[in-house]
Amino acid sequence: MYGRLPIVKMLAATVALTVVISAVMVPINWNGQGASTAAPKIDELLSVMIVISAFVFSLVIVMLFYALWKFKAKPGDESDGEPIHGNTRLEVAWTLIPTIIVLFGGGYSWKVLNDIEETAKNPLRVSVFAQQFAWSFGYPGKDYAWSEGELHVPVDRQVQFKLHAQDVIHSFWVPEWRIKKDAVPGLTTTATVTPDKVGTYQLICTELCGFGHATMRAKVVVEPPSKFREWVEGLKDKTPAPLMESVEQDTETDPVPVGPGGA
Amino acid sequence: MVAAIKRPGWIRGAVGALAAGAFGFALVIALRAISDLPIYQTEQTGYPHVVVPLILAPLGFLAGFGCFDYWLRWAAGMPTIPEDHSQHGAKSWKDYFRFNTDHKVIGIQYVVTTFFFFFIGGLMAMLIRAELAQPGTQVVDAATFNSLFSTHAVLMIFVFVIPVFAGLANYVLPLMIGAPDMAFPRLNALSFWMLPLAGLLFIGSFLAPGGAFDTGWTGYAPLSTGAPLGQSFFNLGVQFAGASSIATALNFLVTIITMRAPGMTFWRMPLLVWANLSTSLLVVAATPFIAGVQFMVLFDRVLSTNFFEFAGGGDVISYQHIFWFYSHPAVYIMMLPGFGIISEVISTHARKPIFGYRLMALALIGIVVLSYSVWAHHMFVAGMFSWLRVPMMITTLLIAVPTGIKIFSWLGTLYFGKIHTYSTAMLFALAFIVTFTIGGISGVMLGMVPIDIHVSDTYFIVAHIHFVLFGGSVFTIFAGVYHWFPKMTGRMYDEKLGRVHFWGTLVGTWGTFIPMHWVGMDGMPRRVADYATQFGEWNLLISVCAFFLGACQLVFLYNMIVSWRFGPKADANPWRANSIEWQVSSPPPIYNFDEIPRVVGGPYEFGVPGARHAIMAGEGAEVPESKPSVVGSST
Repeated sequence: MYGRLPIVKMLAATVALTVVISAVMVPINWNGQGASTAAPKIDELLSVMIVISAFVFSLVIVMLFYALWKFKAKPGDESDGEPIHGNTRLEVAWTLIPTIIVLFGGGYSWKVLNDIEETAKNPLRVSVFAQQFAWSFGYPGKDYAWSEGELHVPVDRQVQFKLHAQDVIHSFWVPEWRIKKDAVPGLTTTATVTPDKVGTYQLICTELCGFGHATMRAKVVVEPPSKFREWVEGLKDKTPAPLMESVEQDTETDPVPVGPGGA
Repeated sequence: MVAAIKRPGWIRGAVGALAAGAFGFALVIALRAISDLPIYQTEQTGYPHVVVPLILAPLGFLAGFGCFDYWLRWAAGMPTIPEDHSQHGAKSWKDYFRFNTDHKVIGIQYVVTTFFFFFIGGLMAMLIRAELAQPGTQVVDAATFNSLFSTHAVLMIFVFVIPVFAGLANYVLPLMIGAPDMAFPRLNALSFWMLPLAGLLFIGSFLAPGGAFDTGWTGYAPLSTGAPLGQSFFNLGVQFAGASSIATALNFLVTIITMRAPGMTFWRMPLLVWANLSTSLLVVAATPFIAGVQFMVLFDRVLSTNFFEFAGGGDVISYQHIFWFYSHPAVYIMMLPGFGIISEVISTHARKPIFGYRLMALALIGIVVLSYSVWAHHMFVAGMFSWLRVPMMITTLLIAVPTGIKIFSWLGTLYFGKIHTYSTAMLFALAFIVTFTIGGISGVMLGMVPIDIHVSDTYFIVAHIHFVLFGGSVFTIFAGVYHWFPKMTGRMYDEKLGRVHFWGTLVGTWGTFIPMHWVGMDGMPRRVADYATQFGEWNLLISVCAFFLGACQLVFLYNMIVSWRFGPKADANPWRANSIEWQVSSPPPIYNFDEIPRVVGGPYEFGVPGARHAIMAGEGAEVPESKPSVVGSST
């Protein structure tokens, strides 16, 4: 029955379409500029997924349009199609092959997840306090140093953000870092990131937190370790953020000295 | 006047609502007064003197309207009004505004009511896109914007997509299995009448002090536990929509299990029946979770319980676990009935038996089982236990397998068929395969934890859900409405206008929702009234396409209304389909069948010489029982 179908030509068309879609889509930098060690790994996973998805999409398109072209009823043709009820081999194939593909994707994702969350030996720990609709950052040292609305981190050193929320759930996202984690009232959550490009970025709240949600942003500066140390020194005189008083200090991160950049 | 108040109907319903609301109000005031509390508690999460009447007034309306008359009379030892079926059928349009126990009337009531909410929700979407056409705030302020997208989502999910499937199935499912009605007709009518009440509560929240609920359809605690009064309207609306949904699902389960015509074995049921069986299994087990969690939020708000208040010992994350334990299965509640519709439409218009019928049915059951084990993929960045992410990722990816089986089997059905594309239903069904594949692909990407970490809570999510819910579910709804329009109204719709609607909707859907993927990955978060100027041009394009998409729905509305009134009379079986509902007149007689049909074969035996699905009354018994077709055979 299926010997009547031009299987080879259909597969060739699928592969050709896959190649075209991939060639157009893979070079585009969908996620924008990357600025952490996690970014290239996640972007690479995305590229692999684009190719696999392009294949699945092409297969569906080729199967659909070939059928529409070949088996469209002639005007006035009121007869029925051939009474084919199924094909066990085909059905087994389109159960097993997708299973293998998604399990491959799962394994690959798992590996990437472990890579990007691997803890370095001497990470810098920064406390992040989120409240409606502002961010504050605490740098542990002999005294807590506080910065409101501006986050500075050294380049090429792993940073562990300890996230706290004062009122409702907020979410910590710097798109260039590809890392996101919710700050949850009553919990301390952790986001791990190793920034690897000096520059200025934006921290975006991505969990709906009220009418000011869209404007809950903070400036993020990634700078060389020496400049970073200078900046932290300069913070000491600043008044602590008001919300500090009502949130317990996180014993897990306190006190970890602000060491020199790099591990 | 007195007679009008005694008779079930709108006047008695209004009196009931007023009386019950006033009773609730007085109860709260009295209890507070004797407890030496301030008479009115108007903390934004409080307002017991509003919340209690809001619970009671809808129940008072239902009682006054006549939903409980039979049961109450029986319980009170009064003579019950015998079920003479005088209320069956609809002789004029007025009959659709009465308590009616006929599944065909209820089906139409459902579809029309839900489409009413679809257009209200759609108008809100237009406002949302108007605001987002440019960066900055121009049309509405940020708080109103939050209310708009929250109400838009809630209307679309709870009073459009979920119940419109219940409505379509209400109409055709009993006919398909050869039953004279649903198993519990009075419960069926009650289920319907709870629905507009839920919709009114959602929309009515705009009148509440502090504005409509603005915490998204997800209503995450503690944002929702501290939100203004409008949130309580949401908590209560979900109860009515949920109760309606659960009662209907029970009704479907009992109907499908006990009321199939002789010979209608499980493996002879059309896939639409299988799909509603699967959906109902999801609804009865999952919907109580969202009902419960919204009660917990309401109790936190009004009774000062501390389920989700961490300061009082509550756990914030547990809201999300309970919520998604319903709301992930809910996406299959919103999709599986659509799968059923697509199977009916494609098989009929390709003149071919469904490819791999049994695997198609088993894939539905596979989705039901798997869908209970994937909920935490909505919480990869929520701060839950990190070990839970990988198992949830694997189950999430595996759910693509049964879904893929369905896609490939529909494609397989087309092969060696005689594909007719004159019907708008078939066009929507074919387009659904492609758009849903894209929604499925982005779903697989979202299932992968590292990608999800980057794109969760961005416009990529908005793109994905609209591709699966609009490009998926709503396309199947359109396919279903066009397919059964002749059966339900007895008239044909205009295929030319149908084509305009189809092509406009297809282009509008892709134009609106494809670029949303891009801006999301590039850094635009969801649920924001204002955004970075770099996304301005894409958003303008998205808004223009969204307005176009919205305008195309007016073509649909016009086509439906005018065709229903003036369309040419429909034959019993304009699509030359096999299933039983097409073997009776359009619209079907009041009791569906003079004599229950006898089922003698599978539902999709196109091209099988001499094969029959069912023998109708008056055809005699000379047609032999056909041999069951051998599934999986090929030559």
